[in-house]
Parts: sequence; C-alpha cells; structure tokens
Amino acid sequence: MTIKHIARTAAALALLTTPAVAEVDFSGKTIEWVIPFSETGGSAKWANFFAPLLSQELPGQPTVVVKYMPGAGSTKGANWFQEQDHKDGTLLFGTSGSTQFPYLLGDPRVRYEYTEWVPVMASGTGGVAYLNAEDGARFDGSANNLKDVDFIYGSQGATRLDLVPLLAWQMLGMKVEPVFGIKGRGDGRLMFERGEATIDYQTSSAYLGASADLVASGKAVAMMTWGALDEYGTIVRDPTFPDLPTFKEVCEATEGCETSGEAWDAWKAFFVSGFPVQKIAFLPAGTPDEVTETYTKAFEAVRSRPDFAEIAEQEVGKYDMFLGFAAKRATIAGTTVSAEAKAYVLQWLKDAYGVTSLE
Amino acid sequence: MDVFATALPALAEAWALILQPVVLGYLILGVVMGLAVGVFPGLGGIAGLSLLLPFMFGMEPVLGLALMIGMVAVVPTSDTFSSVLMGIPGSSASQATVLDGFPLAKKGQAARALSAAFTSSLFGGLVGALFLTLFILVARPIVLAFGLPEMLMMTVLGLSMVAVLAGRVALKGLAAAGLGLLLGTIGEADAGGSLRMATYDIPYLTDGLDLVIVGLGIFAIPEIIGLLRQDRAIAKDATLGAGWGDGVRDWVANKWLSVRCSLIGVLVGIIPGLGGSVVDWIAYGHAVQTTKDKSQFGKGEIRGVIGPESSNNAKEGGGLVPTLLFGIPGSGSMAIFIGAIALLGSGDIEVGPAMLRDNLNITYSIVWLLALANVVGTVLCIAASGGIAKLTTIRFTYLAPFLFMLISFAAFQSGQNFEDLLALVAIGLIGIFLRRFDWSRPAFLIGFVLSNPVEKFSNQAFQIASFRFRQSFGEGIEYLFSPIVIVLLIVTVVSVVMGIRQAKSIRVEGDVQSGSKRAPMVFLFVVTAYTVCALINANMIPDYNLTDKIVPLLVGGITLLCCLILTVQMILRPETDALFADKEAFGEDADAPYGLWPTLAWFGGFIAATWVLGFILALAAFLVTFLRVRAQSSWPRTLILTAGGIALMCVMAGALNRDFPPGLLQSAIDLPWPLN
Repeated sequence: MTIKHIARTAAALALLTTPAVAEVDFSGKTIEWVIPFSETGGSAKWANFFAPLLSQELPGQPTVVVKYMPGAGSTKGANWFQEQDHKDGTLLFGTSGSTQFPYLLGDPRVRYEYTEWVPVMASGTGGVAYLNAEDGARFDGSANNLKDVDFIYGSQGATRLDLVPLLAWQMLGMKVEPVFGIKGRGDGRLMFERGEATIDYQTSSAYLGASADLVASGKAVAMMTWGALDEYGTIVRDPTFPDLPTFKEVCEATEGCETSGEAWDAWKAFFVSGFPVQKIAFLPAGTPDEVTETYTKAFEAVRSRPDFAEIAEQEVGKYDMFLGFAAKRATIAGTTVSAEAKAYVLQWLKDAYGVTSLE
Repeated sequence: MDVFATALPALAEAWALILQPVVLGYLILGVVMGLAVGVFPGLGGIAGLSLLLPFMFGMEPVLGLALMIGMVAVVPTSDTFSSVLMGIPGSSASQATVLDGFPLAKKGQAARALSAAFTSSLFGGLVGALFLTLFILVARPIVLAFGLPEMLMMTVLGLSMVAVLAGRVALKGLAAAGLGLLLGTIGEADAGGSLRMATYDIPYLTDGLDLVIVGLGIFAIPEIIGLLRQDRAIAKDATLGAGWGDGVRDWVANKWLSVRCSLIGVLVGIIPGLGGSVVDWIAYGHAVQTTKDKSQFGKGEIRGVIGPESSNNAKEGGGLVPTLLFGIPGSGSMAIFIGAIALLGSGDIEVGPAMLRDNLNITYSIVWLLALANVVGTVLCIAASGGIAKLTTIRFTYLAPFLFMLISFAAFQSGQNFEDLLALVAIGLIGIFLRRFDWSRPAFLIGFVLSNPVEKFSNQAFQIASFRFRQSFGEGIEYLFSPIVIVLLIVTVVSVVMGIRQAKSIRVEGDVQSGSKRAPMVFLFVVTAYTVCALINANMIPDYNLTDKIVPLLVGGITLLCCLILTVQMILRPETDALFADKEAFGEDADAPYGLWPTLAWFGGFIAATWVLGFILALAAFLVTFLRVRAQSSWPRTLILTAGGIALMCVMAGALNRDFPPGLLQSAIDLPWPLN
C-alpha cells in the first residue's frame, strides 16, 4: 500500500462519511465573521454584539471571531467574499447599507452578486431627522413653511446612506445644502450642535444616545422618522418613536410632495435597503441547507434569550431581526430596486450633485 | 459652587470604585497586555482593544474599564521603545520622538532617552488627569467653540511647524511638505468622490495611502537600510553611555517644558477631529522655540524627546473629552472603546451627553484609571528600559532581518493587501532619497498627515462661510474671524517667523555634505515630474467638483514653484552649495562597506518572495539566507534565530487573530495555518 493509496482511501472515506453526519458540529472550530469595515464603525459594533451570543448557541460552542477587512467603501471585502466557496461553514460575512448602495447604484468597483449569497440573519434600524430650534418653530407637521429656508447639512456623501435623507428633503421641497466630507454621523451632529449645520439626522440608537437630549432641552426640534416596515411592506410609524410622524405622513401633508410615483418608489427602495434591512449576515454561495439551518436556529436561540430585548436595545433597538425565510425575503427587498427607481436616483445624483462615476 | 457640590462626592465614589484589589489587578493585566502590543510598531491600541472586545460582553463595568483603559493608556508610552531604539515611529503620536530619540540611541544613550521619555509620559498623563477632573465639567461649551474655521487654523498651526523643521534650505523643506500634502490627496476625494492620481482598476489607490505605511517608509526603512550598510551596532561604539537615572534627571531639569507640553497635549486632544497627529509636532516645535542652544536638535537633544512625549500621553486624557461628552471618538481606539462600553454590564452606561449627568462617578473613574495606568505602565517601562536598551549594542545585522519582518507585518495589517507591502517599498524609496539629499523628512510627514484635515476643513469652512456671507456680510466675518481664530492666527505667524529664523540651525537630517550636481538634480527632476503629473491629473477633474481639485491644484502649484526656483538655483550655484547635499558623497553612508542597492535588494527580495511563497515561507527563506550569507552566522545560530522569528510572528498573529500576506503558492494550493 503506497502513501498515495492511503490518502486516496482516506479521502474517499471522508467523502462517504460527510453526508451521513447530518448534525453540524463546530466543536473546537473557529468561526470567522468577516465584516468589510474597520474596527471603528457601526458594523463592527453589530458583529461584536452578536459574536459571543452566537458562539453560545451554535452546536459545539465554536469561538466566533470578528475579522475586519476595510477598503474601497466596503466593496473590497464584498468582492473578496464573492470569491469564497463553502468549506465547512466557518465563514460568515456581514454587509451593511454601505455595501448595498454601491451594488444598487452600479458602482464600477462592485464585482459581487448578492443573489448568490445565502442570507441567515438581517436586522435594521430607523432614523430621525431634526431641525434647529429657530427653524423648527415653523414646522407644523408639514414642510410647507420650511420651503424658503436655507438649510445646511453635514453629509458623508450623496451616494451613501445620506441619499435617503437628502432625497426626502428634496421631495418635500426644502433647500438643504450638504457639506460633504464628514467622517461619520457623530461629526454631523457636532456640526449641528455648533450651529454650523441647521438640519441633521441620526440612526435610532445614536439619536437616543445624544440627539434626544438636544430635543428635550429645546435646542432642536424633532421633525420625522423614516418609518418602519410592517409585514406587508407598508411604511408605518417607527416602534421606537411612536410619537413622531413618518416622512410619509409629512410628505402627505406637504404641498407638492407625493407618496406615489417614481420619486416615491425610488426613495422607498433605497430607504428599505438603508434602514429596515440595513445589516445582513451571509454564508458563502453553495452553503448546504443543513449549515444554513444550523445558523438560523442559533440566531433564533439568541433572539429568544429572556434578556435579549434588554441587551439588544442599544444595538438593534426595537426592530425586527429577520431569520430564515424572512431573512431571505428581507435581503431581496433590501438588494433590489426597479430599473426606473435606479434611473431616477442616478439622474437626481447627477443633476443635484454632479455624480457621474456611477454610469 | 454647584459644580463642586456634585463633583466632589462623585470623585470620592470614583476612588472607592478604583481602589479595589481586583480592579487594580485588571488594570495591571491591561497594562501588561498594552505594553506587549505597544512595543510592536504599527499595531497599537486598535489591535489590542479589538482583541479584548469579545470579553467585554456583560462584564462588570469597572473591571472592563480597568482592563481596556490599562491597555489604551500605555500604548503611547510603550511605542516609545521602537521610536527611540530603532527609529521606527511606533504610532502617529510618537513621530516627533524619533527625531531626537534615535540619535540619542546612536550615541549610546538609549536608556537615558527612554527614561526621560517615560518620565515625561507619566507626568503628561498625570497633568492630563488632573486638568480633566476640573475641566470636564465645563468643557462642553469650549469644545463647541471649536468650529471648522478654528480647526482649520489648528491644522495650519500644525503645518507651520514645517518652517521650524524645513532644514538648511527652506525651499527644499517647503517642497518636501508640498510633496507630502500631494501624496496625501491620492485616492477618492472626501467631498465629491473624484479620483486623484488613482483609478478604479487599482482599488488599493482609491483609499489613499495609510499613515502607518508612510510613517514606516519615511522613517524606518531609510534608517534600517542606513545602519545595515555600516554593519555595526546602533550605538556607535556598542556601549551604553548613560543610564536611566540620567533621563530622570534630564526631566527634572526640564520640568517646565514638560508642564507646558502636557497642557498643549490636553488642549489639542479635546478638540474632536484633530486627533493625535498634530500634537507631537506642535510640542516639538514648542520645545525647539524655547531652547536657547538649538544646535543639537536632530542630533540628540533631550528636550526634543521630553516635549513630544509629555504631550502625547496628556493628549489621551484630552481625547476623553469628546469621547465621553459627545460620544464622538477622537481616535480609532476611542471608537472601539465607545462600542465596548455599550457591551459592559447591563449596557446602561451610555457614552454621550448623558454621561456627566448620570455617570459622573464612572467618568471620573475613567479619568483616574487612565492616570493610574500611566503610573503602572511607566514604572514597568523604566524598569525594562535599561535591559531593552542593550539591543542598541547588538550588531545591527542581527537585528535588521527581524525589523524587516516586523515592519512588513505591521504594514500588511493596515489594509491586508499585498499592495501594502509594495507601498511600503515605494514610500521607503522616497524616504531613502529624501534622507540622502537632505530634504526634510519631518516636513514631508507633517504635510502627509495634515493633507486630509487641511482639505476637509478648508472646503467645509469655505462652504459654510459662503452660506453665512449670503445671509449677511457681518455674519460671515464673525464666523470666520472668531477670537479663537485670531489668537491662533497670531500664534501661527509668530511661529513661522521664529521658525524661519531658527530653521538653519536645526539639522533634522544631521550634517550633510554636498557632492556633485548630478544626483540631487535627478531627484529634483523626479519630484518636479510627479508634481506636474499630479497637477495635470487634478486639473482634469470637472469644475462642478471644484472642492476635489482646488487643494491639489493650489498645493501642487506651490510645490512646482519651489521646484522651479530650486532648479534655477541648482543651475546657477556651485556644487559646494548646501543645495547639493548628498549623503552618498561624504560621511557615514559614503564610507559604508555595503552599497545602497544591494542592501535594499535584501528587503526587495523578501517582498518578492512573499508574493510567490506567502509571508511565513518567504520569511523562513529570507531569515536563513540573510543570517547565513550577510551575517555569516553559524548554522545552529541561524536556525535558532529563524525559528524564534517565525514563532514570534505566529504567536502575535495567532493572539491578535491576524492574517499573513498570502502568495501565489497559496492561491494555487490550500495550506494549513500559518502557511496559508
């Protein structure tokens, strides 16, 4: 018996035995959860929140480590993930709205295809827009009195998540001038607090952490939330801020703003991808069903922890976590836009901000 | 008095929280881990903190804070080791320390430099904590007073340090800074997303160059190559001339400088968005300007170590203000810190405006844990410095391959691309030539570091100012020329005027003799050619993205002007003029037993082998060949050292959960860790 022969037999045996083991067991393994961002962003916080919880619930209690692969606005990491095949289920990948938007807009750097990946969990957030006290006094549930005010807004870039608020304000007929190039929404809030910016928005947890104080002390006036999706895909009030009107309500109350038609459809498509389905955890293409199932069960167990609602408030807020089939449906909703909506947004980006690199 | 009524009980509570044996135990554990990570250049607090993150979930808040703060606090202390001993800037906060710390090590006074640096760090940390205890209660309006024009002026003040560090020929220093600024604009513009000197076909360039790589390339590679060519120890006669006691005495003699630089550190640290990159340069500039005899700067002036080191630990304290009060991280490690605090305990400590109101005791615990960590870290570092300083007496040929190993690993960690290594070599070449022809490397680095802030703040301030001017002229003027801006403007002008007068006596590159005309002119020609390319490239950006082209055009224009004047001067002046400084003509480099290119080829070969074989296999081959051929080491010694180096890499990568650069081999076949 040669060594080659032994190796071949071993390989054959391994092939034979693998399907027989229906139970997926990660004992002694290390699961790498790769996120295409640096250690400092929101996605890092998200993955690091779930990693230890997931580790407890996966069979065999594997170590779950978060790895960072930042670059090219997260397209580098996503392009890398596209090249990965299923091996033993120890690779997990997390994307966010910043990965979805370039994909939706046809960014030239995108070489990844969402439809080939296997989603296991999706979670979302909401957002709140607010105005400075002086202009906020003229807000009456509609933007009718705000149309002749010049606003300034600290923005990370028109092709990023800021697309959603900028397009919303434009649809309301407001004149909002973005100051581009800030590094995070925290910088935007600071600009607002210094009085340099006069309008701002924050995601739910950031709003609760800092901006809500400004509103409570009268230094700012909350304007609207972007809303949340119900199970039929309709925009309803954000469960975290049930007292605030949604953009949809404000739009309906404002002259010249319509909640149907191509502008509305385009806004809604990008809103869904940027907020209710903002962060998605994927397994690589070709992952067998039993592995997917194992992850879904583990995330379900995480969600049904008695203390989950409490510990998750900071990270995921009162928003749904989509698992299994719901994650699949959410991913489709978050990563597809109609050709018309895409064309509308591209034209708007070109007209309003001179963005041409996406064509 | 209200303030004190709330502050004092909270302060007492904070001390009660901290002074428990178990808390102190965790703090020391954190400090030890921080020291272990911090001595390696380029890794710093971010790597260490993300390592701790998984353990923070549900941990008792004070214990978690002790562990994390212990780690963050000592990184700017321990990275001094590599700055002083090897001339490798351990992090952006200790770049200025290299200028005088490394020459001291070369004189055999490494232990003195280290202990002076550590004592300064300790003092800076304590001043920072003391100041914050009072200041944090009233800091909010002051932080808010720093708008975009103020931040722009702070950045300009940082840039004005170029005047001090420009070297013998001011125009060369200015051109070096301009080149640094231009390299800093490479990639996607922040404002409009236009590409500058980059293409989507090379995704690596669209993100721009990383500070870690530029710092290593500009300072570390030229020094390592330079020393390796001479085949001797770092300390010239391989003995240690001064002990750690001298360093402490040096600090005592310069305590007021240390006080002033600590305050500079805290004040700059509290401004969010500036971060640590300007602090050490401003402190260095201050140290130069307040020293009577300036002739020793760049050659081993202890005040050049005390200044920046006092400021960089104090800055960590200052950096807590935006982090805790506004929830806005002042640095990468602070961003992870904020994320980690949310995981602690039941998650009810929330960083942000509510922190002072609801958790003043925790806030004070953080401030004083930081101070305490500084004390523990410094004591450990001073205790170790005498022993570690002995590294400078080892024949450098035995150190160099391991330094190549460490800086390659560090560079790769910044972006995890093979291109990181190529960029390191390319920037290293720039560094080698800047050093050779006496173009100020500090000026280049200041330009690079401040490129992004200058562009960002000037664009944004301009946009908001024009918005205000549209409302009324008065409002615009009021916005642009606030009292803070005017004060900073005066400080800048004074520092430039003084700097220009003093620059001639400050030789940041040591004494460089002049050689023939040809080599310096070729280098100038290459710089000019790049500047022209960058200008043409920037000019091609369409006008609606004016924000993306204005800074490259302006900076490029000034750089080009400097280059053209230099060209004319070079043609007119005789070849003995300081313009034609060339290290290869006379002095150490010219007399070195080994040439520049063969020495560089070792490093180039290592990178090329990595491209084919992957990092670990290439490293094994490189270490064995280098030690056998270049160091003429015996086989047993070679094998032991090689095994040691590879083991160190594996332990580091394993513990920090980092990858190694893969090569062609790895894309062809699957190999087990660590070969994959």
